[in-house]
Amino acid sequence: MTKQAAAQKSNVSEISAGKAKRIDEHIIEIVSDSGEGAQKCGQTFGSVSGKMGNGVWTVEIIPAEIQPPARSKEGASGVRIRLGSKYVTNMGDQADLVVAFNEQVLYNRIDNRAFREGTVVLLENKWAEDPQPAIREQYAEAVADFKKRGLIIHELPLEKECLKIVSNARRGKNMFVLGMLCRIYSRDVQRALDEIAKTFARKGEKVIKPNHDLFKAGYQYAADNLEYHYEIPPEKEGVQKPTVVTNGNTAIGLGVMASGMELVAMYPITPATSASHYLADAFHLTGGFVHQAEDEIAAVAYAVGASYAGKTACTITSGPGMALKTEVLGLAVMCEVPLVVVDVQRGGPSTGLPTKIEQGDLLSSLYGMPGDAPKVIMAPATISECFHFIITARKLAEAFRTPVFVLTDANLATGVQPYDRPDPQAEWLSAPIDQSEWDKNVPAYDWDEETGLSPRPIPGQPGGEYVLTGLAHTRRSCVAYDSMSNQTGCNMRSRKMAALAATLQKPEIYGDKEGDILVVSWGSTMGAVQEAVDRLRKEGRKVSNVHLRFLAPLEKDLKEIFSKFKKVMTVELNYSDDPEAPLINDATRRYAQLANILRNQTLMDIDCWSIVQGAPLQPGVIHDAVLGRLEKLN
Amino acid sequence: MFGLKADWSLDVQDRYFTIEDYEGAKPRWCTGCGDHGVLTAVHKVCREAQLPPEKIVAVSGIGCSSRLPHYMGTYGFHGLHGRALPFASGVKARRPDLDVWVATGDGDCFSIGGCHWVHALRYNIDMTVLVFDNAVYGLTKKQSSPTSPVGLKTNTHPTGAFLPPLNPLTVTLGVSNVSFVAQVVDWNPLLVYETIKKAHAHRGTSFVRIIQRCPVFVEEVHKDLQNDPSQILLLKHENGIPTNEAVERIYPNQREHDPSDWNAAMEIARNELQVPCGLLYHNPDAPVYDDWSSVGMGMSDEEKIAGINKALDSFSI
Repeated sequence: MTKQAAAQKSNVSEISAGKAKRIDEHIIEIVSDSGEGAQKCGQTFGSVSGKMGNGVWTVEIIPAEIQPPARSKEGASGVRIRLGSKYVTNMGDQADLVVAFNEQVLYNRIDNRAFREGTVVLLENKWAEDPQPAIREQYAEAVADFKKRGLIIHELPLEKECLKIVSNARRGKNMFVLGMLCRIYSRDVQRALDEIAKTFARKGEKVIKPNHDLFKAGYQYAADNLEYHYEIPPEKEGVQKPTVVTNGNTAIGLGVMASGMELVAMYPITPATSASHYLADAFHLTGGFVHQAEDEIAAVAYAVGASYAGKTACTITSGPGMALKTEVLGLAVMCEVPLVVVDVQRGGPSTGLPTKIEQGDLLSSLYGMPGDAPKVIMAPATISECFHFIITARKLAEAFRTPVFVLTDANLATGVQPYDRPDPQAEWLSAPIDQSEWDKNVPAYDWDEETGLSPRPIPGQPGGEYVLTGLAHTRRSCVAYDSMSNQTGCNMRSRKMAALAATLQKPEIYGDKEGDILVVSWGSTMGAVQEAVDRLRKEGRKVSNVHLRFLAPLEKDLKEIFSKFKKVMTVELNYSDDPEAPLINDATRRYAQLANILRNQTLMDIDCWSIVQGAPLQPGVIHDAVLGRLEKLN
Repeated sequence: MFGLKADWSLDVQDRYFTIEDYEGAKPRWCTGCGDHGVLTAVHKVCREAQLPPEKIVAVSGIGCSSRLPHYMGTYGFHGLHGRALPFASGVKARRPDLDVWVATGDGDCFSIGGCHWVHALRYNIDMTVLVFDNAVYGLTKKQSSPTSPVGLKTNTHPTGAFLPPLNPLTVTLGVSNVSFVAQVVDWNPLLVYETIKKAHAHRGTSFVRIIQRCPVFVEEVHKDLQNDPSQILLLKHENGIPTNEAVERIYPNQREHDPSDWNAAMEIARNELQVPCGLLYHNPDAPVYDDWSSVGMGMSDEEKIAGINKALDSFSI
């Protein structure tokens, strides 16, 4: 505990808790203009709740521009926090309570179907008395409109209250709101004060003090003026097991460090960059280096160069970056260079939706290279898996002498969740580079016919000298002028994938092993899909879920699992044709990406449901989509 | 092989490397191609420095000259068109013990790899970059390159190239943190050898533009220059490329040029009436990117695990 917090502890007891209504969970949003600190407020609230032992899922609401116009729909910036007694796996459906710093940003959330009738909105009311008549008018109109939409509006003098404590309310309103929320949800005040002190530790007492004052004022204001007062007790008080709280991008950065990789080569791209930001800050702890390259191509080429020289490297990017890297990735496949490629997917095609989620890069990862370019594709389902999959990816890359793609998305990248603290192991780290003498009789690609695998000479090994080439090559890595070498190389690279597939396990089935509909999902949607499946099962529906982590090669026995259900459908966040849309029939219908792969692999009539609206899936939306298919089935 | 020590005893080294140790596959360049001579010089420089072949990595892009790694008996990386420099940079990133060479051409380096060219110069990673500039795309059969002279008839400009050619020397000199810029013609073996040797000895990115003949597609481009040595300006300085009387007799136009003088280098590079041969610019003290990229190497597993635990602790609740 900081001195500051200790000094103020005595005041804490003065803040009363009162009688609270007990609930299982709530979804809370804090929305403001960019730069007003709503995100900091939400993260602190999430962190305090996590420490109390609550289930928490936090999603950032991010505008596309750094300084979008004030009081605008597109400028909405903030956080959604889903807070529960139990473990929370996704962002949930509509919000229960919203704090808004102005009325216009709420329209962004309304567009995103974030609210329902009865959602409580605590709204800054200073706009009602704004010197500009246009703003006063806008505000009045919006408030009337919100009421018509069924939102419960409370207009609060947030700014006025803050000005009692600080001269610039724009800088402190978020802490006032944090205080309000901590009162409303009976959060541990001392933890919150500690968290604030930690946030501003670098800036010192003169910043911590007014923020603590704002927090307490907000807390008191809510106690005195608001009827809302809840208790969401954690299933078990406090943290039971060693736990960490991070977003998915930080988890990737930590995974890189724990995997023993020493190099990340990157070029700035949303929403991937924060993983590299984290590493730029912390990589020195494990002796690593972040190379900011001149472009995406150079970034992956630099990583491939390092991997070729024995230090398996990682490159982190998003869809448009993947597009640029394609040629080098093809070379890595062709030349069998181990490499870890993280694609934090965003909306596409082209620059698409830079800050928003999509699972749109599966097929381009799998097929987006000239010729046959088999590689491993994995997709973590949780933030914890973002960490662990990087370690697995590095090992697979080296063992199978291949690039391994790890597909995450904007939802995992910015979602914050507590998870079991990893316990780093020496066996997670890469072995030191082999510099012993290489038997000259063993060629650089000494393919094993059964598995396609081969040992790899590393520069520095006497006797292992060979010239890696992206041209079709012989076992000795010489340019192939004969007709069979290319066929052999393709066979061997493909066989490696079959060899890996043979080691994969059957995926777990969530729910019964047979039934009406099996929902197949991948990536960040697992929590929402399984929550929807839970609801459907509670309603007596025979629905189960299989969530895939390996997309290439695919996990085992899918056909057998699928055959036990009347219908198999994927739920995905990428484009597919609505079967009811004009001109769409069996001949023209284009399927979602995983559905494409599964149809191809199993020759089964696998259906799909998918949307591309740039928002994480809500369990309720999935529930309704699957229900629609069920009704048609029976 | 033998060195005489102060006590007159003989010191026999464990390994002595001959030219054959650096030779790879038999070169498949055309007869009369300037690349042959450069390859010979590279082999000789390696032998002279007694570099263990397993510690050498020859990296290239795509094009005639980019076949060079195949003709080395060392490790090699025959990459993608334009990408030799970032591949080579990555090789060096965590392997400062490796001796990295890059073979690239005018299309590979100045056109499709233009972005990497500029940035590689700025990174100043320790490697020797040889640009084989024959003013034409050879492997794809005679298209104009950025350095094709105006009027050169190619398959993409059958009535003659119309844009003024890019000047690789001024562009190179214009990049911040550039540390070694030399130019040489492929048909003077001694100058080629001395230039590559000096380039290899420099710590940082040594950029050598080699004016190279392609007798198959554009024999006319360098014919004049070959026949009239007075078009060449031989740069002389005690810190420059060593020359001898024979060389000086061939090239009557000479200039004393201090390679630390950037302004004079730029002036020489800009003069289109004479083709400079020698070391234009050398700054041995320019910061080298390897010094950053290799920080933290050699950490033990225990230290790494302590590091990752520390990182995790900062997120613990």
